[in-house]
Amino acid sequence: MTYHADEKGYYGGFGGAFIPEMLYPNCEELRQNYLQIMAEPSFKAEFHQLLKDYVGRPTPLYFAKRLSEKYNTKIYLKREDLCHTGAHKVNNTIGQILMAKKLGKNRIIAETGAGQHGVATATVCALMGIDCVVYMGEIDIARQAPNVSRMKMLGAEVRPAKSGSRTLKDATNEAIRDWINNPVDTHYIIGSVVGPHPYPDMVARFQSVISEEIKAQLLEKEGRENPDYVVACVGGGSNAAGAYYHFLDNPNVGIIAVEAAGKGIHSGESAATSVLGKVGIIHGSKTLLMQTPDGQITEPYSISAGLDYPGVGPLHAHLYTSGRGEFISITDDDAMTAGLGLCQLEGIIPAIESSHALAIFEDRKFKENDIVVVNLSGRGDKDLRNYIDYFKL
Amino acid sequence: MNRIKQKLQEDKKLLSIYFTAGYPKLNDTVKIIQDLEKSGVDFIEIGLPFSDPLADGPTIQESSTAALKNGMHTELLFEQLKDIRKTVSIPLILMGYFNPVLQYGVEEFCQKCQEIGIDGLILPDLPLDVYQEEYESIFKKHGLINVFLITPQTSDARIKAIDDASEGFIYMVSSASTTGAKAGFGNEQASYFERIAQMKLKNPQIVGFGISNAATFAQATENAKGAIIGSAFIKYLTQKGVEKIEEFVKGIR
Repeated sequence: MTYHADEKGYYGGFGGAFIPEMLYPNCEELRQNYLQIMAEPSFKAEFHQLLKDYVGRPTPLYFAKRLSEKYNTKIYLKREDLCHTGAHKVNNTIGQILMAKKLGKNRIIAETGAGQHGVATATVCALMGIDCVVYMGEIDIARQAPNVSRMKMLGAEVRPAKSGSRTLKDATNEAIRDWINNPVDTHYIIGSVVGPHPYPDMVARFQSVISEEIKAQLLEKEGRENPDYVVACVGGGSNAAGAYYHFLDNPNVGIIAVEAAGKGIHSGESAATSVLGKVGIIHGSKTLLMQTPDGQITEPYSISAGLDYPGVGPLHAHLYTSGRGEFISITDDDAMTAGLGLCQLEGIIPAIESSHALAIFEDRKFKENDIVVVNLSGRGDKDLRNYIDYFKL
Repeated sequence: MNRIKQKLQEDKKLLSIYFTAGYPKLNDTVKIIQDLEKSGVDFIEIGLPFSDPLADGPTIQESSTAALKNGMHTELLFEQLKDIRKTVSIPLILMGYFNPVLQYGVEEFCQKCQEIGIDGLILPDLPLDVYQEEYESIFKKHGLINVFLITPQTSDARIKAIDDASEGFIYMVSSASTTGAKAGFGNEQASYFERIAQMKLKNPQIVGFGISNAATFAQATENAKGAIIGSAFIKYLTQKGVEKIEEFVKGIR
């Protein structure tokens, strides 16, 4: 039994490549080459060198003493917030820009919601001197102005997605349409473990450096490679996929996925896809997604822009339906409180996405000797405005 | 015999028109179909609107968004079409994205199509292998032809596989683009049209994307059996409403 993707990109019944024929050659080129390219020694060497010298890896695995005391268990934080550009997203964009170069592409497109993946993509394009177009929903452009400016400073062109609900899912649609219109010279850097095969598997592999490091670091600190639990927030699910990756097939490691409940799961303003979603097709992948009974994709809500995707990566849909993963939903309020709590207990300002993962300790109790690794996927600089407004600081 | 196959045997170049059901107004569906037939159109693609139409450009996207806002949904479309075969005899094809069909239930959807007298389906994001493994038998049981797309980037080997899997016609996308993105054809299309003509496929080809007037229709059908107009017709409906459909069709041929 494995929880990794099979040859056709299926995780149990989820995944695959439900794409129009116009995208078939692009995805097929990638599918035929990605594993081979990733296995090349020169690719590996360049990838790891950049992760080390440019991104700042390995990121620390930090024993959060005061947080652990508060919840009477052993909590480690995997400090992805210390990555260059402020979140785990850059692990994937470094991998994909190198992939694009190997495939001979000279133009990059990407989608972004809050702007974190857009910034991480613009960053690696600047690094490599490759043209970059980032699609971003018109509404997100207005509410994430600092990241729009960062992308522009890095030389990327930010194109507003004006269709549909004008947020992340529509930015993704626009990026896919761009790829249909530019099938030869362009590589599409998807920011999460979503989209058609081979994207979910490829992105998970690039992010798997997170759990690879956790194993080595935990061995050093605790004399054992495997924690009792690994906890991560899930929007599309890329930081979670990376944090779980090397533990997926080890049943002794509990996997906890934390979704955004928004203003409450049944409030009509939520992004808790595992609870509210049904099996369907979104962005070329068969997975759980939020939709009307008629199959129209609906707009999710979360205070955290990184978690309000109406679907979830097919890996996570499989973890949920198979029971391998424990799924917990956290409201805006509980996430914000947990975020402020980490600031004051540990001196770390987390991204609101990561605050959702930190919020589970209020209700989900662990044993005193349990080792719980929380993937702290990003830092909170980008969220200062939200924190300030919320707490009236 | 399926109406599509029958139509393809006629000795002429075929004109197909696409429109989005529920647009411009929710209840325009039947009138548009009837007027298109009266105007001499050979077959019709009825678009089932979707919230996230990946392969479509702005014109069809906007018509889909408007149709959904008007209240269009799958069951309502079937309701509107239930008596369509009392007045319309040309082939009718439903075109849409796979998710709404999946939610309706593929078997139930096909059953309903058969009851109404729909002849075929075009579901661009239902891939060939999944269709063959999971749904082909259901489509066939209900007498539905599934139409596959090819593009200038589709390899010869894959075109052959698609030709083998097809019965009826192949939807030949004229350029690497979303719908309505490009007007007219250049050298690239000419050589692509030529390449496909030389492959001597068993299924006739109907060209779509980039056809908007008499000139592009003539060019597209030089080698192919027919052509499909979508975005240009929707733009026309937006500007002129549903009363002058014949005028549009007469302008094409």
